[in-house]
Amino acid sequence: MTNRRGFLKSTVAFAALAGAALVPQYAFAEGETIKVGILHSLSGTMAISETTLKDVMLMLIEQQNAKGGLLGKKLEGVVVDPASNWPLFAEKARGLISGDKCAAVFGCWTSVSRKSVLPVFEELNSLLFYPVQYEGEESSKNVFYTGAAPNQQAIPAVDYLMNEGVKRWVLAGTDYVYPRTTNKILEAYLTLKGVAKEDIMINYTPFGHSDWQTIVSDVKKFGSAGKKTAVVSTINGDANVPFYKELGNQGVKATDIPVVAFSVGEEELAGLDTKPLVGHLAAWNYFMSIDTPSNAAFIKDWHAFTKKDARTTNDPMEAHYIGFNMWVAAVTKAGTTDSDAVQDAIIGVSVPNLTGGYAAMLPNHHITKPVFIGEIQADGQIDVVWQTTGLVAGDEWSDFLPGSKDLISDWRKPLHCGNFNVVTAKCGGAS
Amino acid sequence: MSAQSFMPLLGRAGFIFLALLTVVGIGVPTLNLFTTPGSLLHVPDYVVTLGGKYLCYALLALSVDLVWGYCGILSLGHGAFFALGGYAMGMYMMRQIGARGVYGNAELPDFMVFLNWKTLPWYWHGFEYFPFAILLVVLAPGVLAFVFGWFAFRSRVTGVYLSIITQAMTYALLLAFFRNDMGFGGNNGLTDFKDILGFPVQAAGTRAALFLLSALALGTCFIAARVIVNSKFGKIIIGIRDAESRTRFLGYRVEHFKLFIFVISAIMAGVAGALYVPQVGIINPSEFAPSNSIEAVIWAAFGGRGTLWGAALGAIVINAVKSYLTGALPNAWLFVLGGLAIVVTIYMPKGLAGLFAGWKTFPTMPKQAIDLGEAAE
Amino acid sequence: MGAFRSIFTSLFMLIFVSVALAQDVGVLVDKLALGNFTERGAAISALVSSGSPSVVTVLQALEDGRLYARKSDHKVFIATPSGDIFKLADPLSNSDSGQAPKTDIEKIKVNNSLREMISNAMSSLTLFSKDAKVRKDAALAILKSGDASALPALEKAIAAENDTAVADIMRIAAAAATLKSDRPEEAKKTAIATLAQQTDRDTASLLTAYAASVSDPLRSQALAAAEKIEVALSTWTAVQNIWFGFSLASVLLLAAIGLAITFGVMGVINMAHGEMVMLGAYTTYVVEQLFQIYVPDASDYAIVAAIPSAFFISALIGMAIERSVIRFLYGRPLETLLATWGVSLILQQAVRSIFGPTNKSVTTPSWMSGSIDFSNGLSFTLNRIAILIFALAIFAALILLIRYTSLGLQMRSVTQNRPMANAMGIRSSRVDALTFGLGSGIAGLAGVALSQIDNVSPNLGQSYIIDSFLVVVFGGVGNLWGTLAGALTLGVANKFLEPFAGAVLAKIFILVAVILFIQKKPRGLFALKGRWVDA
Repeated sequence: MTNRRGFLKSTVAFAALAGAALVPQYAFAEGETIKVGILHSLSGTMAISETTLKDVMLMLIEQQNAKGGLLGKKLEGVVVDPASNWPLFAEKARGLISGDKCAAVFGCWTSVSRKSVLPVFEELNSLLFYPVQYEGEESSKNVFYTGAAPNQQAIPAVDYLMNEGVKRWVLAGTDYVYPRTTNKILEAYLTLKGVAKEDIMINYTPFGHSDWQTIVSDVKKFGSAGKKTAVVSTINGDANVPFYKELGNQGVKATDIPVVAFSVGEEELAGLDTKPLVGHLAAWNYFMSIDTPSNAAFIKDWHAFTKKDARTTNDPMEAHYIGFNMWVAAVTKAGTTDSDAVQDAIIGVSVPNLTGGYAAMLPNHHITKPVFIGEIQADGQIDVVWQTTGLVAGDEWSDFLPGSKDLISDWRKPLHCGNFNVVTAKCGGAS
Repeated sequence: MSAQSFMPLLGRAGFIFLALLTVVGIGVPTLNLFTTPGSLLHVPDYVVTLGGKYLCYALLALSVDLVWGYCGILSLGHGAFFALGGYAMGMYMMRQIGARGVYGNAELPDFMVFLNWKTLPWYWHGFEYFPFAILLVVLAPGVLAFVFGWFAFRSRVTGVYLSIITQAMTYALLLAFFRNDMGFGGNNGLTDFKDILGFPVQAAGTRAALFLLSALALGTCFIAARVIVNSKFGKIIIGIRDAESRTRFLGYRVEHFKLFIFVISAIMAGVAGALYVPQVGIINPSEFAPSNSIEAVIWAAFGGRGTLWGAALGAIVINAVKSYLTGALPNAWLFVLGGLAIVVTIYMPKGLAGLFAGWKTFPTMPKQAIDLGEAAE
Repeated sequence: MGAFRSIFTSLFMLIFVSVALAQDVGVLVDKLALGNFTERGAAISALVSSGSPSVVTVLQALEDGRLYARKSDHKVFIATPSGDIFKLADPLSNSDSGQAPKTDIEKIKVNNSLREMISNAMSSLTLFSKDAKVRKDAALAILKSGDASALPALEKAIAAENDTAVADIMRIAAAAATLKSDRPEEAKKTAIATLAQQTDRDTASLLTAYAASVSDPLRSQALAAAEKIEVALSTWTAVQNIWFGFSLASVLLLAAIGLAITFGVMGVINMAHGEMVMLGAYTTYVVEQLFQIYVPDASDYAIVAAIPSAFFISALIGMAIERSVIRFLYGRPLETLLATWGVSLILQQAVRSIFGPTNKSVTTPSWMSGSIDFSNGLSFTLNRIAILIFALAIFAALILLIRYTSLGLQMRSVTQNRPMANAMGIRSSRVDALTFGLGSGIAGLAGVALSQIDNVSPNLGQSYIIDSFLVVVFGGVGNLWGTLAGALTLGVANKFLEPFAGAVLAKIFILVAVILFIQKKPRGLFALKGRWVDA
């Protein structure tokens, strides 16, 4: 009998635990608060980048509540930890939408995490605001892409370097979709601009690659063919620190071979001694160093909120700032948090960004952004050396890829299609 | 077959486990489909997918326990078999998307279109047929386990050496599948599935059916594993676990027995992976990560090694705890999970299944000399 | 650039004919504040051609980003921050000019082309410095840029130079500059011949670039010279690969050697090993922060102080773990896997809670940055050399400790036969704690070294744990020499495969090779012999 009792005990324990897992974690009555899901990894490999975004969302929610909330209701952030585990992202997204009944979710960093939650958001018809620069080639009814599309980051950066006399290109990236796609686009673009095949070197490395000796020395070799050479880096996250340390140690100076990076911002540089890196470039839509009153106020609020004066701000944080304000504006306009109503209301909404201009939500669910090219300084900040004269509209389907050049996305009625083919005039891709 | 004839085969605990599994396997889908949302008995949709996922993990833990608990092979690479089964199913479902992908290309999956591939690689052919995919779900992990095991067991690689090379195997596969040039979708893996056998994957009916199938697979594999370990063959397997050299000296071809149980276990893991993919909607190389395989071992150890049902229960409990804590304590759940692992190891060396014997009062000091990683010998 | 060059040429005319134009340099300095980068470039040229000796200070400040303009009147100052307020100084006289809040002044930015312009100008201006090293650097800079406008200055400098080594470099620099100048063909032929004697990559690059811009016979001559250098360089590629392999091996050795104690000698499948490495790296970070606060002058040596600190902190935490968790699990080694996995989760999250999830910056001390470059293109970076020496030193110390100290003797006896060791009066529990502490402490030392080349983040340990186990198992569990051999073999093999196969495939090949190797030698490279092995 003891055996059976033991078993029952463990069964009951299991049932209690499993039950607890399935019960929504907050039990406020509907109507008192509006819940906002925050889906960023707080542990695992991506915690390095994503934890900051969780904090900035909590700050924005707190500020909005201080302004009187939304539709007369208090906003409440629901934080979960998807732990850099892609299937867990989907599970947590489902929990936030169905379990916690969040009106909108702000989250994800990597492409694979977005791909993993995408079917969930489409199935449950909820809203996701995705704040990171990405490879494009996607436009979902339920996702709002507040980070840069390739044409808002990569192409202006290459244009800038061409003006600076660069003739030879190393496209170095981590082997995943964003670098692959960006490099495909850049390769097509460079070829179009008359760069010969042998003047382009493409290199892919795994995530978290830490031994860069061979690759940096190869880059040096490639760069000594007598033409001005630049590295376009789509190296992701963790691998950047050892990469830049190796560049510094092997004496690759920005005046010899400049490296322009699309995934390195103030946050990543805070983990590095930037003195040997002065002059290397970064292309983003926001820099902490940009001198505008709204940015100064944002940084001040951020320091007050985190109680640390040394905390940096970066581009994805601004994207969340814009995305959150757009959502607030759209909800206010629609008078409801209902997903369909917000989807209709948000297109065309325009809110101030932190760099002295406005960001507008386009019918393709991407936004308008200025593009800045900056050079890394000895203090870890990035100074703007060039910027686009106007705003650049996010282009979801690249014109430089054969599969997508005929596609457009327009979520306004009556078209209401994410992959409309302008040649065949049909919704649903190339066929 | 009557319950009486089942009892000795399954054991009392196993019988209860199977009974509960039957209740859950039938009950959850029924309550999901045939009650109205909002009613007291209704099981929400997301509980069904979540539960289905747990059941797949349970099957993975069971397969780990079969080789570790009964044969003393500590595989730190079982995630590889799970993922291979998952990829085989994923490839089938990718082909089912057909022209409904974002680019509308009937032949090529989306990731191949934007990487500018012109034709389907040869190893993708055949996956448009469900039976072929199912064959591969079994064959891919089975053949890998056979080849790997054939070499390793013949060379008498044992203990930690075996554990570390299984880890090296799954890590090598992780890196290989991660390469976009391999044609398996790189880091993003396979996703955006539409339907399976013509049923839309997001429909409640499909979900409920998958849940039922997962429960069925777990139950069937549990019975099969019990049949194996209770047979004469099973006794030899246990003999190998407890004293490999003696078993060999008794005249048994130890490597053949090990190979057989390893392949069976790998196939079970592959089936678990195949059922997992349609329920979570994505398969990517992170399933090959050595940490995933280690976690599967942790589940088995937590539930109770060498009991089969304990391993399955361990997987369900740990994952339920994880689901709950990542929401309730997002900043501190690792403390709880880590603490749980330590406490269970020290105070409950037989895991949840050890609750049979009650809690141990105090940890005991070591009595044996240390051997080199051969737990059982 | 053309206009800039001609200005430069006239600059040297001015300097050397000693006809200093009486210009108001101050007005020129203030021009730096205005306009875009092109206009700023023109302002720099104008400044340089003024010939004023104080220009060097201004340009240096501009390059370092210390030059600011006051927003109200566009006047230029050298600004030093003190809190939110900046102290202003006159850029030419360096006299105090009051202060201003950050919002009132604006940094004068430079970009890479301006930076290059400045460094060219500075190298011409410093060719006549009193310091031989400064003169040498100036010559090297001209050699790299091949700036033709520097030619007259160079020739003058060569005539005045009395250090033969510096003079040699200047002659080569002059040859490089000659190529781009409008000197007659004969002079260029001589220049190519001079450059062809060189064996470094920069010269080859210079020659290739030159070849593309001229026609035969100069073209073919330059190409042949470049080709000759390339051939000379390629023979050294293998040596460079061996070096890369050794330095990767030293990292693997460092990461694995602590594990060789806790796992290899004690039999604990220590999943928390990586976290001990991480703790060492964080200790380095903390020590460096303390140095920067209390003894900023000595912060170059923070890393030296970090070595004992990291050892003791990791060792103490390791001993605490051994006493509180692992001692209950001896004889159940596979269960140590579970418990230490739990420990690793807790340590990761603890560090994340205390220090935050972001990377921490550990600076490379000046004596460890840079590289030793040989004229044949070989280049050894100093930090990698330091890590290699460090790894070997730890290894040697450990071997000696185990071989010759009483603790080492006790360690060996306890791991080989615990009951017998107890019977001989050895307190095995104390030895266990010390051994685990030793292994953890060495892992902490590895953290000090890894903080120099990798992220200091809570995930640091996770990225090395698989490789560490692989090295120990490949070398043979329980044998330190095996770990050394394992690290060397895997490191060098990886680096030889990488150029052909790429980083990912190289790694896959290595993993498959290890799996196959274990089939051949199921107990690793150096299998332990004796009865107790096959328990």
